[in-house]
Amino acid sequence: MTYDKRFDGRKSFDELRPMEAKAGIIKSADGSGYFKIGKTEAIAAVYGPRELHPRFMQDPSTGILRCHYNMMPFSGSGDRIRPGGNRRSKEISMVMEKALIPVLDLKEFPNAVVDVFVEYPQTDAGSRCAGITAASIALADAGIVMKDLVCAVAVGRVADKVLADLNYDEEAYEDGPVADIPIAYLPNSKQITLLQMDGQITKPMLIDALKMGMKVCDKIKELQVKALKDKYGEAQ
Amino acid sequence: MNVESIKMNPELRQHLIKSLDQGVRFDGRKLEQYRQVTVETGVTRNAEGSSRVKIGDTEVICGVKMGVEKPYPDTPENGNLAVNVELLPLSNARFESGPPGIEAVELARVVDRGIRESGAIDTKKLCISTAEKVWSVFIDICTINDDGNLQDASALAAIAALKDTRYPAYDGIEINYKERTDERLPLKAEPIEVTVYRIGNHLIVDPTLQELQCFDARLTTAFTADATICAMQKGGEEGLTLEEIEKMIDLAEEKAGEIRSKLGGD
Repeated sequence: MTYDKRFDGRKSFDELRPMEAKAGIIKSADGSGYFKIGKTEAIAAVYGPRELHPRFMQDPSTGILRCHYNMMPFSGSGDRIRPGGNRRSKEISMVMEKALIPVLDLKEFPNAVVDVFVEYPQTDAGSRCAGITAASIALADAGIVMKDLVCAVAVGRVADKVLADLNYDEEAYEDGPVADIPIAYLPNSKQITLLQMDGQITKPMLIDALKMGMKVCDKIKELQVKALKDKYGEAQ
Repeated sequence: MNVESIKMNPELRQHLIKSLDQGVRFDGRKLEQYRQVTVETGVTRNAEGSSRVKIGDTEVICGVKMGVEKPYPDTPENGNLAVNVELLPLSNARFESGPPGIEAVELARVVDRGIRESGAIDTKKLCISTAEKVWSVFIDICTINDDGNLQDASALAAIAALKDTRYPAYDGIEINYKERTDERLPLKAEPIEVTVYRIGNHLIVDPTLQELQCFDARLTTAFTADATICAMQKGGEEGLTLEEIEKMIDLAEEKAGEIRSKLGGD
């Protein structure tokens, strides 16, 4: 099977799946955000800044950010996922922290923690990126000072095509090389704060993919801004 | 302990009792009144069945996953059923990540008993080949927002998701989760759980998180459509008289009828 068009009917290789973003969906939380892209759905809640336990983890010079990535047991495309996390979810939680920290200034909150919990009712590739996008909305909703929003999307290559927002079927393409490159991008300062890649790709294709990712992130940013404006109204 | 249990607040309790004496709760409800209950099904695509239940600001999602496993040796002709509740730290500041604490375990076990003891699922029909292969039904309930009454919300979400469930395609060797059949679970009953709380000498249903800081005792009762009681659980720090228990069951039965109407048909 040659790869010459999107498997899910998208018209171009830089087209994102249908998206939906919301702010403030969990009343108990200090801030919350929702981001759905295709069949991947992320819910993020922020609690904090609050006292950090255990105490030995406290840092008197700054507050810390903790992300918690968790797929609901029924959210994957195969067997039930046993609850409780695994090595994969630990690593993703860590890279999510690193993607978000550059826009925060937690020095104002010594010894405190900002917890970001990201849950997935359903997934179809791109979950860490959807989670970062939702978490960014949640942090803004929580009123935590941010230098920029954080937008995230996976880019990559399937056979000889460079594309954005791979779905599961594209990630799993077997008749040619595939590369999956999740990125997070700060649209105002134009920096990349998450970059991972697995698969095979040449340097020119990689650069094309990153350029494509930075471009399509603007669409994600528009949705994030709209979600926040829908909740708070236009800034006065 | 990874769940900060809700502590009794004696001042708040006194204040609430004064209000209950007047027949009204802090949010303006009557004592025997639920908040708005909504049930949606088919809310997540990778589960074989799913539901979202909202009771006021309380929200849970339930997903049913099906698997093929070996049956337990003592029930070689029966399929397996497992109920799990995840009190997600996303849904309330008092929940932390980690293995389920006693609150989650109790919630899940009381939901499980309602389903199991009502005979909601004909587990014999889940048998593929005796002592070798049976269908397993995993019911996972995840909390999205906790504002009290997770028990009734969880039980309602579980039965709604079971009603929504379709078997995935199975060729005798492997399940193809991408292909769902039209075949539904063999359901024989629809248990509804209602928890009644005693505060002083008042009985209320559907408490908010704030009201949960005030209660003395609670009683969960599960009913089938013909009003058979199929599971019960008493909780709280104080005892109940026989008279109180009777009143609580009567109230629960009446409310179970109201909630059953939210479940809808097939």
